[in-house]
Amino acid sequence: MTPDVGDLDGRVDAGGGRETPLGRLAVEFFESRLAGIGFTVFAAIALVALLGPVIAPQNPYDLAQLDILDGRLEPLSVGSNGMTYWLGTDDQGRDMLSAILYGVRTSLVVGAISTAAALVLGSALGLISAFFGDRIDSLIMRAADIQLSFPAILIALILIAVLGKGVDKVIIALITVQWAYYARTVRGTALVERRKEYIEAAVSLALPKMRILLRHLLPNCLPPLVVVATVQIARAITLEATLSFLGLGLPITEPSLGLLIANGFDYLMSGRYWISFFPGIALLITIVSINLIGDRLRDVLNPRLRR
Amino acid sequence: MTVFLIRRLMQSFVVLIIMSLLVFVGVFAIGNPIDILISPDATQQEIERATAALGLDKPMWEQYWIFLVNAAHGDLGRSFVFNEPAVGIILQRLPATLELALVAMLLTVVIGVPLGLWAGLKPDAFSGKTIMAGSILGFSLPTFWVGLMLIMLFAVELKVLPSNGRGATAEFLFIRSSLFTRDGWAHVAMPATNLALVNIALVIRLIRAGVREALLMDYVKFARAKGLGMRRVILVHVMKNIMIPVITVLGLEFGSLIAFAVVTETIFAWPGMGKLIIDSINLLDRPVIVAYLMLTVLLVTLINLLVDIAYSVIDPRIRLAEPEA
Amino acid sequence: MSTPTPTLVVHHLHTHFFTKAGVVKAVDGVSFTVEAGKVLGLVGESGSGKTVTGFSILGLVDAPGKIVAGRVLFKGENLVDMPERRLRGLRGARIAMIFQDPMMTLNPVLRIDTQMIETVLAHRAMPRAEARARARDTLGRVGIPSPEERLSSYPHQLSGGMRQRVAIAIALLHDPDLIIADEPTTALDVTIQGQILFEMQKLTRDAGMALVWITHDLSVVAGLADHIAVMYAGRIVESGPVDAVLDRALHPYTRGLIGSVPSRNRRGVPLQQIPGMTPSLLALPEGCAFRTRCERADAACGLPPDLIERRAGQRARCIHPYLDAPA
Repeated sequence: MTPDVGDLDGRVDAGGGRETPLGRLAVEFFESRLAGIGFTVFAAIALVALLGPVIAPQNPYDLAQLDILDGRLEPLSVGSNGMTYWLGTDDQGRDMLSAILYGVRTSLVVGAISTAAALVLGSALGLISAFFGDRIDSLIMRAADIQLSFPAILIALILIAVLGKGVDKVIIALITVQWAYYARTVRGTALVERRKEYIEAAVSLALPKMRILLRHLLPNCLPPLVVVATVQIARAITLEATLSFLGLGLPITEPSLGLLIANGFDYLMSGRYWISFFPGIALLITIVSINLIGDRLRDVLNPRLRR
Repeated sequence: MTVFLIRRLMQSFVVLIIMSLLVFVGVFAIGNPIDILISPDATQQEIERATAALGLDKPMWEQYWIFLVNAAHGDLGRSFVFNEPAVGIILQRLPATLELALVAMLLTVVIGVPLGLWAGLKPDAFSGKTIMAGSILGFSLPTFWVGLMLIMLFAVELKVLPSNGRGATAEFLFIRSSLFTRDGWAHVAMPATNLALVNIALVIRLIRAGVREALLMDYVKFARAKGLGMRRVILVHVMKNIMIPVITVLGLEFGSLIAFAVVTETIFAWPGMGKLIIDSINLLDRPVIVAYLMLTVLLVTLINLLVDIAYSVIDPRIRLAEPEA
Repeated sequence: MSTPTPTLVVHHLHTHFFTKAGVVKAVDGVSFTVEAGKVLGLVGESGSGKTVTGFSILGLVDAPGKIVAGRVLFKGENLVDMPERRLRGLRGARIAMIFQDPMMTLNPVLRIDTQMIETVLAHRAMPRAEARARARDTLGRVGIPSPEERLSSYPHQLSGGMRQRVAIAIALLHDPDLIIADEPTTALDVTIQGQILFEMQKLTRDAGMALVWITHDLSVVAGLADHIAVMYAGRIVESGPVDAVLDRALHPYTRGLIGSVPSRNRRGVPLQQIPGMTPSLLALPEGCAFRTRCERADAACGLPPDLIERRAGQRARCIHPYLDAPA
């Protein structure tokens, strides 16, 4: 048991490191090589997704550019129009590399939108729950508990079965599956922070409630929220890919990695692995990098494991 | 304890009602009930007759009541595709899904617990770090993709395991299952492993975190001060403490396994409930969809209830709550 | 005629913690001796290093801590660097430890009998029933009524005083030669505390057991201990026979401690306090660690003082000790 050495936070960093909380966080975060790798990889992926349409050799969803005779070509083969298919083509003649670029973009966008929306919704509900307490709190938390006790895929299935397919429906499903995590997290932190003195001070100064909530309480709830959000984005992306794979997710007009993988399913048996393999790798790398970041964030922001 | 039990039962009941309401509203109110319950290629006359017979011209709340009563009797309509009672079809497929889920759970415990313990006891060793890296991979890998890769490796390239279907079944103690045949195990190996992967990763991380926290606790130090060897300290003192939350998580995950079997069954063409629902959604066989949803919700609610009860029984602090003088 | 080997001799013990923020010298050159049948009161506030000293004796200091120098002689044998296997054989059997909070030290999910029987069987092979009987008898020794019922209970079903008695019983299962008790009565009511103190005293006298009683409460030490050692910032600043130290304290810190006890102050006279706060072990002042709070400090205190015998059997680590009459 390490003896109590008093307040270590005010220590002077002999290495000349930054003293701002964010600076310190960043320094600690990158101490883990794995986290650094994850961060770099994810940044690269995000960049690629952003530039997708610009750098892709082909627009895989413009039917005019496709030649079905080029279908099912192996990686590194050259097509009838002289284009090199670095990762092969699928049964429609789509260049896998381009399809993956577009697909990653879609996955990230859908994941980000649904997570952002769920975060806003969930946090709002969590704050309301913490602030107004009593019955409202009971109601919201009860709903959250019930929802969390059901497997995410089941809830998504129910929603899709009931609402039908489509991009918006998928996003709704993703939001429904996630909000409860944010609500619970924010409520928990808010309840703790609420009792702290700086809130009392703000209240006694008769600052408007909204202002207290947004400018004082919320910023202090951010650390656990960030951790939860990172984990949830990865899960949202995976869930969307799974749904698309099952044919219940994004339609064919919206390129999704899950759909690409599903397309390639039939060709596995004949050894044409690349149609499923490469999109899977892309998905894998995206999710692993996000999880590495999330893992490290959790360790860095967790007060209990500090030595 | 009994008060707790009754309260939990009531809660579960309320949840079931809410879910049934959701499903009802979704299927009967939002969608066009005519399309939903009557086969799409019926004639106008048949439609009218069916409408009256199904009571679709009655007020909504009355319809809901009929729906509930029927559901309580196990009648959730007839499948369009199979033209048999939907509940019967689902129940036929249930054993296969349960088999899959059970084997997956078995794998989770047998592989996950020892690995988690090891990673918790030696967090800085190479083996410990490898296990943790593996666990990140485990829950990052999309299940469906791993399934495809498994098929590619074991069925196509190495040709050692069958790529789809369920093995031959045999009967033992009035239960018919494919787990009683060697062929059955050959068939269930890949899908169960695929399904279990995320769970194994979860259990490893859970146990590792639990062990690391437990080792810092005073009772561990006290146990060592009494002269106990680390083996006993870990296997008895630490394990008993962390197994309580682990068992509850595992229990809850069982429901998740059953639901997630949807993916595995699709890939491996495993004839369970999951494959059925995907097909049904695509074929718009609504009665089967409703039946699946209601049954799975029932199962999950039941499992959650049992886990809650088990938790309060296993943890002596909850089971015996009154302190004596 | 030679004097018998003292049960415990701690000799220049140094236990350091190697943390990210720096090296914490929790125990910085501590030495004392405890004879059989005697009680040593190890007194200090939180952060003084007294608990770490206790753990160091038993070899239970965990990373990032480590005993870096010194010897701990138990009946002549050095415990530092002893093979773990041998050490384990001594722990719980010949040397026992009682911790401060039994709610945290007894495993909440194991029954009392399980926790006692395992201690018995860890050191002696015997049939389980016999071990259980021994456990029951020991519970009786510490004054627990209806021991059979208690054995089948879980820790949370017992009251605080009862739990601490169980912890003491566990320590006594093998009639150890040395017990290290770390603030065992701090969390208890005064009456229970009195009972436990009485029983500990009886055991020391009757069984010839050596006892190290770690506490911050001087009043407890006054009635129980034969010798006292006062710790501050990892070092012993005063030691000697208990009456001598309490009545005629040499070190300013000891004086401050004694003066801070409310009962020693007269009504109407403002409570004495030691100004300032215990310094962080990472930022100790140069020389005498108590310098910054001492009214007698001067430039000469910038050099670390040694523990010097000022009066018969009484030592102080101070160059300006109170050599005059008691306060």
